[in-house]
Amino acid sequence: MGIIEAILLTVVTAATPLVLAAIGELVTERAGVLNLGVEGMMIMGAVLAFVATQATGSPYVGILAGIGGGALFSLLFGFLTLTLVANQVATGLALTILGLGISGQIGEAYVGMSGTKLPPIAIPGLSEIPYLGPLLFKQDLIFYISIALVIGVNWFLFKTRAGLKIRAIGDNHGSAHALGIGVIRTRYLAVLFGGACAGLAGAQLSLVYTPQWVENMSAGRGWIALALVVFASWRPWRVLAGGYLFGAVSISQLHAQALGLGIPSQFLSALPYVATVVVLVLISHNRRMTLINTPASLGKPFVPDR
Amino acid sequence: MKKLLLALATSAAVLGFAASASAQDKTKICFIYVGSKTDGGWTQAHDIGRQALQAEFGDKIETPFLESVPEGPDAERAIERMARSGCALVFTTSFGFMDATIKVAEKFPDVKFEHATGFKSAPNVATYNSRFYEGRYIQGQIAAKMSQKGVAGYIASFPIPEVVMGINAFVHGAQSVNPDFKVKVIWANTWFDPGKEADAAKALIDQGVDILTQHTDTTAPMQVAAERGIKAFGQASDMIKAGPETQLTAIVDTWGAYYIKRTKELLDGTWKSEQVWDGLKDGILTMAPYTNMPDDVKKMAEDTEAKIRSGELHPFTGPIKKQDGSEWLKDGEKPEDGVLLGMNFYIAGVDDKLPQ
Repeated sequence: MGIIEAILLTVVTAATPLVLAAIGELVTERAGVLNLGVEGMMIMGAVLAFVATQATGSPYVGILAGIGGGALFSLLFGFLTLTLVANQVATGLALTILGLGISGQIGEAYVGMSGTKLPPIAIPGLSEIPYLGPLLFKQDLIFYISIALVIGVNWFLFKTRAGLKIRAIGDNHGSAHALGIGVIRTRYLAVLFGGACAGLAGAQLSLVYTPQWVENMSAGRGWIALALVVFASWRPWRVLAGGYLFGAVSISQLHAQALGLGIPSQFLSALPYVATVVVLVLISHNRRMTLINTPASLGKPFVPDR
Repeated sequence: MKKLLLALATSAAVLGFAASASAQDKTKICFIYVGSKTDGGWTQAHDIGRQALQAEFGDKIETPFLESVPEGPDAERAIERMARSGCALVFTTSFGFMDATIKVAEKFPDVKFEHATGFKSAPNVATYNSRFYEGRYIQGQIAAKMSQKGVAGYIASFPIPEVVMGINAFVHGAQSVNPDFKVKVIWANTWFDPGKEADAAKALIDQGVDILTQHTDTTAPMQVAAERGIKAFGQASDMIKAGPETQLTAIVDTWGAYYIKRTKELLDGTWKSEQVWDGLKDGILTMAPYTNMPDDVKKMAEDTEAKIRSGELHPFTGPIKKQDGSEWLKDGEKPEDGVLLGMNFYIAGVDDKLPQ
């Protein structure tokens, strides 16, 4: 296995949870809801996936538990912000803090245990392709789901009627409501989808990335996912590109250090963030396109007048 | 609703009083943790020490603790809260609590404080630390014997003296066995991020190291080493569970003995403010069983450990040159503790540029 291939394999593992959490949040935000609780939902997914896998011995049950855990946790956010119309920013932050606390409690007995790693699934034929095969077609289930989700969400948001409704709600919930679209109901579904994706991202952390449970193991990846959504200016393909760019820069900085190139490590550690800022500036120089893509009702509370 | 809340608050206050009244005859030994007590590394090691202390004295003492106290302004409030609640002795277990501990200690002259790994003390503030570098020297020797490629990978956290000292000790130990031994260093710039630590481990292995050691807190690097079939060293806690066929040994922090000793002194009335820097011989630091290695390597490691314990061997014994070629220690010379605690340079043989 060549060094380039080895690096790329590591990049795929590092980028997958970012892409997953970001694609979920993208749908939530397209519906006009700003859920800052990604980190909390992710860590809930991670702990539940790990616990369920330990209990049943099957990482696939773990994946389901992760998805379910993230979704259930997001329901709490939905209830507070959509039904009780609480402030979305504050509620999202609270969700993150709550998630970190509860997950620590749930996982207390599981610290230090060696987990079960999700086995890779080789796709017959395709996985034989030199270079690309092992990279793209000999991965675990969660990786395939992450790619499928990006394609699926892109198609759903821009090619289907339901997707159009979601975008309409995100852009102007008042008008959407007047047209008879169920704003609250659709937003609930979008929030749930975001939670499920964040939960799946968490499951990837505790089943693939590092098959173990330690408190706070998401270590800020939820926040990076949130930034990715803005970085991607709410476009699914850009989420994929951004996730992999971020992963690639953070992995290559480690290799640069191991090679002993003599570049200060603090600078290298900051590089992924610097890259994000630079791309953000480049993307947002077209003000009109940015405005078109930004959900205009993002973060605004909605109370139906009758 | 308001009334209900008020009633709840009152009863809680009464209960609180009752609890503190019954606790009067017990001495309170308190702990401030920087992380969660189940972090699997640094804080967990302190909490195991606390449990050993509680078990030793049983009903005579109480050992309340505060977890996940951030280093910064909040630390001062947390420590003050502990002092105010009637603690006789407060252990603040992270380097970043140093100034906060000193500040609170000034306000509470009757309460004793002990700060881990710091260098500021006061009449009622003692400091305690562990000579981790002794264990790293032994690990370096083992690495040099076990590695076939002659290159080890080192996952470091932050370029602070303690970490730099560890790298130097590891390299010096390795080169005492194999003068051509090389170490590749990756600075993760975090103490705690399983994903990043795993990525660093993968990067090092992909670049050809066949032994891993770490100065970060989670078992993720050990897991990666196990997956890729190379050997590794554990950090802060025995990590054998993460790599039953991978871990060679681990530096295990065993604070319990120290906590028991100091509490005994407090109860006897002989507690004094001291600057303690204990090592292998004092039991504040132990080596996890030497596993997954041939008998001759194990014997060498045990011999070195015995020599360090008896004081016959100081891991940093001259002649040692600095990385830039200038002389650091003359033949047979040993460094002063103050120099070690402020170590901000690599010794000759380290194949990395120290981040400044």
